[in-house]
Amino acid sequence: MSKRLWLVLGIGVLALALGIVGMLDRLRFGLLHVGYGSPVPWALWVVFYIYFIGLSAGAFLISSLVYVFRMKQFEPVGRIAVFTALIALIAALLFIWMDLGRMERFLEVFYRPHFGSPLAWIVWLYTAYLLLLLAEAWLLMRRSFAHGATNPGLKGKLYRILALGTKDDPSKAAGDLRIVRVLGSIGVPLAIAFHGGTGTVFAVTVARAYWYTGLFPLLFLVSALASGGALLTAVAAFVVRNGYAKHKETVLALGRLLLGLILLEVLMEVAEFLVSLYGTAPSHFIPIHEQLFGPNWWIFWILGLGFAVGLPALVLVSVGRRSPLAVGLAALVSTIGFIGIRWNIVLPGFAVAELPGIERAFIEPHLNYIARYVPTTMEWLVSAFAIGIALILFAIGFGLLPLEAEAHA
Amino acid sequence: MPVALQVESMLLRMQEDLARALSKPLHERRWGMVIDLKKCVGCNACTVACKAENKTPPGVSYHVVIDEEIGRYPNVTRRFLPRPCMQCEHPPCTRVCPVGATYSRPDGVVVINYDVCIGCRYCLAACPYGARTFDFGDFYTAGHTPVTAPYDTAPSFEYGREHSRTPDNLHESPIGNARKCTFCLHRLDKGLLPACITTCVGGARVFGDLKDPASLATQAASSPRVMRLKEELGTEPSVYYLL
Repeated sequence: MSKRLWLVLGIGVLALALGIVGMLDRLRFGLLHVGYGSPVPWALWVVFYIYFIGLSAGAFLISSLVYVFRMKQFEPVGRIAVFTALIALIAALLFIWMDLGRMERFLEVFYRPHFGSPLAWIVWLYTAYLLLLLAEAWLLMRRSFAHGATNPGLKGKLYRILALGTKDDPSKAAGDLRIVRVLGSIGVPLAIAFHGGTGTVFAVTVARAYWYTGLFPLLFLVSALASGGALLTAVAAFVVRNGYAKHKETVLALGRLLLGLILLEVLMEVAEFLVSLYGTAPSHFIPIHEQLFGPNWWIFWILGLGFAVGLPALVLVSVGRRSPLAVGLAALVSTIGFIGIRWNIVLPGFAVAELPGIERAFIEPHLNYIARYVPTTMEWLVSAFAIGIALILFAIGFGLLPLEAEAHA
Repeated sequence: MPVALQVESMLLRMQEDLARALSKPLHERRWGMVIDLKKCVGCNACTVACKAENKTPPGVSYHVVIDEEIGRYPNVTRRFLPRPCMQCEHPPCTRVCPVGATYSRPDGVVVINYDVCIGCRYCLAACPYGARTFDFGDFYTAGHTPVTAPYDTAPSFEYGREHSRTPDNLHESPIGNARKCTFCLHRLDKGLLPACITTCVGGARVFGDLKDPASLATQAASSPRVMRLKEELGTEPSVYYLL
């Protein structure tokens, strides 16, 4: 494993070790020690959930550029994109699972389907997507597994198992790619459906004017593409050994793609903001106003506008046109900044109390409209736990699996 | 007639209405409530009765009286808005439940199946009236005082079943579930009016079968002073207000 992967693994192990304390609290006391409550029923973990599901959808859709739309310039990151999408999906599912009041009942979604609920639909779609990702990843790598099965040591043993009897016959690889193309073609509408569906979960709530717009599911998709594109670019540049030098053209091409996606994101946000700010309706106006000038203003201005879109866009239109290193750095900053954009998708939805005056009717634990939501230590630790697991899986998988296409040749 | 007698006769009338409604099949009745804002004095007896009846822990509230100050000094007055669950005919909360744990009964009451609810809180996000709260496992005294007060662990009889909460097990429903007002279904089933109705000192609340033209509730809901909260959302609440 490269030094960079050891670093990822190290951060992952550290996060996991820290997070265990929070996780024990989570398992012992349920949701007792969370900072959110009934007035803000969805908070940090839901933010991370939509963040990671967006990363997954975005990374996957970019992999489809290789396997469905056959864009050669992205080929070196094809497998990496599928693998990254898989890890991000696992992280997202971990977060939404932790957030359930009764974690052990999550299977009810399958036993007792309720077809009217967008939330039920997206869980079914995530499941289909998970299976599709596994199948696609395996088909992409199985010849490499078969080829590497003769290697001595752990890697050889692992590859023998993972090959599942596949023969090392490079002439069959084209056939595999045809199946991958079919799977990818199913995957594209599936990814649009599950991520647009995640946006729809929010968009259908007539009670929250901030979410209740037709633009919302589309905004989700664009954010997914932009954030997933950013993550993939950062991975291609930095996690792949000397990635930004070795895959210079790919990273530069990803940078151009990322710039387009970031600008599209800005366009959607501007449309949303202008319309809401123009009117006088508090249910539309206040959530936006809170983001811009509320106590958490920095999440919008610094994380969102600065890190997610502004700074990367400036780099990508200037030095990023020639320097793959700059593209990688811009993408890394953008990936982190998108957490802020995701925060501002969820939390402002609760900025306006359901009925005027209800915010002064209660002062109880977990039922306090006036206290500003601040994530508790336990929430951060549980988040560290889930992210730790994702980083560990990522580092180990990246180190062991034949993710770089050349590995086979 | 003195107010006390008026209130008593209202209660007797509603009691008769209730008995008549209960003699009909479930789907032929629709429970509804009419709250006269002119008669509400903001005493919160309804909120307290609800707490006592349903043994709701801290953070869980089925009923609240919203208290608003109107005007500027010296022309100031207060306005009270009691808010139970609206028991909407088109409830936005039930549609979104991923497991169908919450649903409308044929008599219009929106209920939650504590055995099924996974605790995703989508219904809380979806309710336009803030009528749902989540049971995070808080207690009034347990963990805060040397001795746990008996009321902290006293069982509630919502849905006609005994639900015990104990600080020793935070993984047992209704902890970890969404919770809400049920118009005191467990009382209705025994021929009793909801706790908030019987306790109202000003006789501001009327309860009954809105499908029964002779019920006091139906008559009160036909007043020209009537309004419902957030009509524009199309939720069709079963709780009416007289302005």
